Amino acid sequence: MNNILQKSGVFYDVFERKPGTDKITTTYCPGCGHGNLHKLIAEALVDFGVTDRTIMISPVGCSVFAYYYFHTGNVQVAHGRAPAAATGLKRAHPEAVVISYQGDGDLAAIGTAEIIHAANRGEGITVFFVNNAIYGMTGGQMAPTTLIGQKTMTTPHGRNSINEGFPIGMSEIIATLNAPVYVERVMLGDTKSIMQARQAVRKALKLQIEKNAFSFIEVLSACPSNLKMSAFRSRQWISEVLQKQFPLGVKKDVSETFPGKDLKRPTIDRSQFYKILNIEPIAVDVEKIAPYKKSTFSAEIKVAGFGGQGILSLGNVLAEMGMRHNYEVSWLPSYGPEMRGGTANCSVKIANRKIGSPLVASPTVLIAMNRPSLDKFENDVISDGIIIYDDSIIDRAPLRQDVRVLPIPATKMADELGNSKAANMIIVGALIEYLGFMSIEVVLNSLGDVLKRKNLVDLNQKAINKGVDFIRKLKS
Amino acid sequence: MNKTQSAPKKTASRGHVIINAEECKGCELCIAACPAKVLFLTDRFNTHGYHPSAYLGEGCTGCGICFYNCPEPGAITVFRHWDQVTETAYCPHCGKEQKIFPKESDPSVKLCSGCLNPVTTEKTVPIK
Repeated sequence: MNNILQKSGVFYDVFERKPGTDKITTTYCPGCGHGNLHKLIAEALVDFGVTDRTIMISPVGCSVFAYYYFHTGNVQVAHGRAPAAATGLKRAHPEAVVISYQGDGDLAAIGTAEIIHAANRGEGITVFFVNNAIYGMTGGQMAPTTLIGQKTMTTPHGRNSINEGFPIGMSEIIATLNAPVYVERVMLGDTKSIMQARQAVRKALKLQIEKNAFSFIEVLSACPSNLKMSAFRSRQWISEVLQKQFPLGVKKDVSETFPGKDLKRPTIDRSQFYKILNIEPIAVDVEKIAPYKKSTFSAEIKVAGFGGQGILSLGNVLAEMGMRHNYEVSWLPSYGPEMRGGTANCSVKIANRKIGSPLVASPTVLIAMNRPSLDKFENDVISDGIIIYDDSIIDRAPLRQDVRVLPIPATKMADELGNSKAANMIIVGALIEYLGFMSIEVVLNSLGDVLKRKNLVDLNQKAINKGVDFIRKLKS
Repeated sequence: MNKTQSAPKKTASRGHVIINAEECKGCELCIAACPAKVLFLTDRFNTHGYHPSAYLGEGCTGCGICFYNCPEPGAITVFRHWDQVTETAYCPHCGKEQKIFPKESDPSVKLCSGCLNPVTTEKTVPIK
């Protein structure tokens, strides 16, 4: 122990993230056990010197704002999902100390699946499970750990096992699994038990730091506000009543024999990547695309229409062809549960700079294949953008005056080709010719690689040519 | 139940405890836990409307029990060996010479043991 016990260096001096004027105290009620556990974790992190590589995961519950206080890496995750997020973080950053901090509503109710499977996989994380036998943040409803006969907001006559089942002993459940290395239940009742909890916290964190072991520490903690007791009385209740249902002690400890896990991030180079996916790298014909290489080019395209019109494949073909011209591309589909009918749209970005997000909120090009799509997205198009619409289906022209409007009777033209579903490829041909950012020759040649139905390549090539001719005629 | 009902021994205090009244929420856990019974609840309010606890001024053994019982990160500071804290400086907040100690998050910063504010150890030159 240090000679001076003071505010741990892991805590922020001032809780800047906390809203309001009081930025020095926590959001916890007077006498809440969360603060004690925070202090124990903080002390251990400082003593082990791992503050700068710790990732704390805040759950949903009273400790949702743990990131206000801990000056470590922080992620706040969806309700109950902390062990799942911790799994990903630990695998992506094997050197990090990942702490999943959860309450009983979070871990034992909505997140039961996540904790069981993370424990069963033996992820190299440390889980702190704060059990106060009640839902704190929402105002004292029954938790899975609520005692039989305990009165809560939702069990006004006391918990009845016939109706609400029995209190869940998470530590016992976790201890039955093979992979966990260290499982202990401690409590924050009196000074002695707090010091035992301190030892358990330190051991669990040490096991992660040294051996990447999964450890699970259940902490019986007081909730004075919802137990409707004074802070001191609620701690007595923890020691005298709650502890009877949830006996303290080490439930499993194989840390002596556990050899440790060597977590290494797998490195995959590009050639292996192609092998795994069983694909050939896309051949880029540098000479042919050279005339289409622009210094800066960026198109944010929104394609929208009925499901079944080939909306998604229109976007997909554009993106695939962009790749074959060395552009950075992204393709993000959005569709209903139906295969045909309903509405579908997709967002395509093609640029010769890195793309940050695949979302297209204000398209530079809108391709509307039906009236509802035009109605929905017309106003999103940027000023001086392009609206391409199928005027054989849509019975109104766009109202915007500040955009370039390009009506193409694509469905009618596709009908003339013998298959109205080829309307999407007519648009592809027209767009490429209109913007002049890709080589039609390359597009036609590589269409066979992109389309799944090889018997339709011929038809689609014809459709693309028809779109190109349409624009050439317009231009001349 | 209370074995330590008798008054604290009159020996010189080995430890020292500082309670930051603004961070205290008045839960009284430190008072209940203190074996030497040297903490008490004050009558005054802090800005949050709680009665903060306070130190009698002598009798602290430096055991640190109040620190581990207190849920607030920075409300209690305990010196286990008060006599080993020898460095002093003039604290403008307290208006007098006070013992100072290094802050955990940044040991180059020294805190006043009277008011927990950072103090400078450099000699200040008065304005002529």
